[in-house]
Amino acid sequence: MEKSNLIKMANDIGSFFKSEPDRALAIQGVEQHIRNFWEPRMRKEIIEYLEKGGTELMDIVAEAVKKLVK
Amino acid sequence: MSANNEIDYGTPASAAENQITLQIDGHSVTVNAGTSVMRAAAEAGISIPKLCATDSLEPFGSCRMCLVQIEGARGYPASCTTPVAEGMKVCTQNDKLATIRRGIAELYISDHPLDCLTCAANGDCELQDTVGQVGLREVRYGFDGENHLGAEKDTSNPYFTFDPSKCIVCSRCVRACEETQGTFALTIGGRGFESHVSPGQDQAFMESECVSCGACVQACPTATLMEKSVIDHGVPEHSTITTCAYCGVGCSFKAEMKGEQLVRMVPDKNGQANHGHSCVKGRFAFGYATHKDRITTPMVRDKISDAWREVSWEEAISFAAERLKQIQAKYGKDAVGGITSSRCTNEETYLVQKLIRAGFGNNNVDTCARVCHSPTGYGLKNTFGESSGTQTFDSVMKADVIMVIGANPTDGHPVFGSLMKRRLRQGAKLIVVDPRSIDLVRNSPHVKADYHLKLRPGTNVAVVTALAHVIVTEGLADEAFALERCDVESFSKWKTFVSLPQNSPEAVADITGVDAETLRAAARLYATAPNGAIYYGLGVTEHSQGSTTVIGIANLAMATGNVGRDGVGVNPLRGQNNVQGSCDMGSFPHEFVGYRHVSDGETRAQFEAAWGVTLASEPGLRIPNMFAAAIDGTFKGLYVQGEDIAQSDPDTQHVHHALRELECLIVQDIFLNETAKFAHVFLPGSSFLEKNGTFTNAERRISPVRKVMTPLAGKEDWEVTQDLANALGYPMHYSHPAEIMAEIASLTPQFAGVTYEKIDAMGSIQWPCNEDAPNGTPIMHTDQFVRGKGRFMLTEYIPTQERTNSKYPLILTTGRILSQYNVGAQTRRTENVAWHDEDRLEIHPHDAEVLGIADGDWVGVKSRTGETVMHAVITDRMQPGVVYTTFHFPHSGANVITTDNSDWATNCPEYKVTAVHVAKVAQPSEWQQQYRSFSDNQQSLLDNRITAVE
Repeated sequence: MEKSNLIKMANDIGSFFKSEPDRALAIQGVEQHIRNFWEPRMRKEIIEYLEKGGTELMDIVAEAVKKLVK
Repeated sequence: MSANNEIDYGTPASAAENQITLQIDGHSVTVNAGTSVMRAAAEAGISIPKLCATDSLEPFGSCRMCLVQIEGARGYPASCTTPVAEGMKVCTQNDKLATIRRGIAELYISDHPLDCLTCAANGDCELQDTVGQVGLREVRYGFDGENHLGAEKDTSNPYFTFDPSKCIVCSRCVRACEETQGTFALTIGGRGFESHVSPGQDQAFMESECVSCGACVQACPTATLMEKSVIDHGVPEHSTITTCAYCGVGCSFKAEMKGEQLVRMVPDKNGQANHGHSCVKGRFAFGYATHKDRITTPMVRDKISDAWREVSWEEAISFAAERLKQIQAKYGKDAVGGITSSRCTNEETYLVQKLIRAGFGNNNVDTCARVCHSPTGYGLKNTFGESSGTQTFDSVMKADVIMVIGANPTDGHPVFGSLMKRRLRQGAKLIVVDPRSIDLVRNSPHVKADYHLKLRPGTNVAVVTALAHVIVTEGLADEAFALERCDVESFSKWKTFVSLPQNSPEAVADITGVDAETLRAAARLYATAPNGAIYYGLGVTEHSQGSTTVIGIANLAMATGNVGRDGVGVNPLRGQNNVQGSCDMGSFPHEFVGYRHVSDGETRAQFEAAWGVTLASEPGLRIPNMFAAAIDGTFKGLYVQGEDIAQSDPDTQHVHHALRELECLIVQDIFLNETAKFAHVFLPGSSFLEKNGTFTNAERRISPVRKVMTPLAGKEDWEVTQDLANALGYPMHYSHPAEIMAEIASLTPQFAGVTYEKIDAMGSIQWPCNEDAPNGTPIMHTDQFVRGKGRFMLTEYIPTQERTNSKYPLILTTGRILSQYNVGAQTRRTENVAWHDEDRLEIHPHDAEVLGIADGDWVGVKSRTGETVMHAVITDRMQPGVVYTTFHFPHSGANVITTDNSDWATNCPEYKVTAVHVAKVAQPSEWQQQYRSFSDNQQSLLDNRITAVE
């Protein structure tokens, strides 16, 4: 799928959770949201993007995507 | 006119709890205090003659036909306006009363055409019945005096005629327009002998403010207001109660029939969602169901450039199944999926998602709620614990302050809009949060918003959070409720967040365009109301922060204690008839029936045991993901039941690109809709009149859909899905939708107590219906939230990425109009086009002047994704900088200009905010010309289809 679209979707999720003052909870929120709602091929592609640098991902989103690998 | 064989009690039922016992004609009768003598008699089986009284309207006492004698009382009081009293003794029939009534009837008949045998109301006329009841045998005055028999008939309305020569000036139509509909389009003009019913200022109906709801026709006791369908076909001979197939109000109707021909739809006065009211769509716009465009033979083709080939059901199903199997063999089992529809029944929707999960072997199922109320599901599930509204519609009659956010009930949900207006006329206060001046703000007699927060599109979250800021910082929160009923930590965190200075009305005024003091006043009004209720629609959900606004609304209700009783709550107004139901039925790719996630092993095991297969534990593709995957080449087959994604989904060119990439598109519909023009298999669908099932409306009310005619294509929709499942090798053997509902009940805690027998006995059931609530649940979260403690969540305003600039300086927002419905596939094929025959662009006078646009000009509307052309309407409903259109006509291409921006949580498209450039033009856009050519070609391929061999 188009990378820019996936990145935007991921960052939109991050934008919601970033208002959470507890950073760990914010990261967990992003991770859980992607786990709950993203089809595996979408998760796979965003993980691949992160592994290639993932420069356009928000910090908490990048952290959350790292946790998806596990 | 009342429906066949229905008792009319003359006056409305009394809601009083204490009872009164009286005697009527020597019979002891006990009724609620406040009941009229007329109604008490009717409840005892005693019929008092009447003309101006009907039980849907308050008593009026004008016809004098219902006079009675009451022991100890002077004269002959009208039984309709006289309330019962303890020990009262009433006589409804004696020689004196008979003489009076005959005298009155004689006067009426002396100025009434005696054409009963050829009158359209013959056999269904209250005047005829009443005159017969009182035994009138002669008219002593003759018929040669001055009369109204030559009055001109008004046939301007496409659905009913107004024949003043038959009018008895009982005012029932006028009162129905006021009390039931709340439009006040009718009045009695003139005095004495000149008294007459006047639409508007003695205008034709179509030139007046009439909204063609049919309430006047329903109330008329003669043939003065008469359905043209009855004039054409005669009085119906039997009827079946069913549920409207239009909006999320889910009105109950009597489908009145002659054999298998539907003559008229009469709103069911026992309908618990509509109480006998209707709108122009449900009441009259049913002609589409038998329109000549209906396709009733299955068709297939190898490529979308081929002519269609009519085939047998067996061949079509086999063709579809083989294609799907080939795709899965070549590209993997996840390369196919399906889309359910909110226009289909619960049972059909359940079956499609079951076919996909169990038969296709993946969770690639989604529904059209993706593009409307998916944020409602997310927001309310996460705050309250259940993906649904909290109230009944009737709850609005207990509300003291009503806040309407991003909804236009008088157009989108007209029957509920009328109920809301009735409450507002009783004195409830109104706050409207909308970028446009909807009818509730003005233009609506006797209803006016106390505050209109005319915000800029895309700033809902800032407004809702600012409302919360005022409530918290001014000490208006219901702390006791929040601390007892909600998660205390989340409440505390939320209070800190909303109290931040950047969330104050003053701080966000420049962003939202809403005056800070007005916002503060609105917040105070809502927070201090004894009962404050919020109603919202797609103006909330269809944003990049749609889910955040839903959460913000839930926060407001919890913080002010406005949850868990009559008159309050959070009420999503669902767009289509079965949006709630399609979501309930497991149509979303991440959850099973009853909103349980597919990763939940216990739930999955339950379904695996029932369905006899191993089920996928990962969420499937959502609709926009399906499009992306199709363009990406990993998604190749799609089964679409009753949905028109090619027209309804945003960024049309992107959607059309995706559909062209599919190797097998199966469309099941009653018409060759826009999506079907890209299809390889067309499976003829059945209208709501041709099948059994249930719809679930916006108040969680499960109502019956009952077959009144044989399916034109020979199969109900659920049978087609079942055939496809069997052809794919996944066996299904239902013989009736009742069996499907039984399976749903067995697998779904919220539906455990639902059966067809119970629905028929109760009329309808609001879920949850189970051991804890055997008769359903009108009001939710009464003792505790479904999730236990209500959860406050933070709602930071994030501006949409769709921004205006010098190239695209205006914001386009979209909505709907009363006479048309959704993509218009149904209403465009009815006489409703008399009101609205094209989508138009509303623009503020200031913007129009700057751009040199005159009313009616053709204007090009260009966004970053595309361009279309439509006629301009200049109106100060709009605010400067914002334009508006509807999306009911495919060639308007409203979605050519909407973007792929979407809600962060659900991918619900941001239909409500698109930056556009508007300019006067002389011809259709390039897209429109190309699409017209494509569409004409597809029509030609249909017209020249290879017909089936007999």
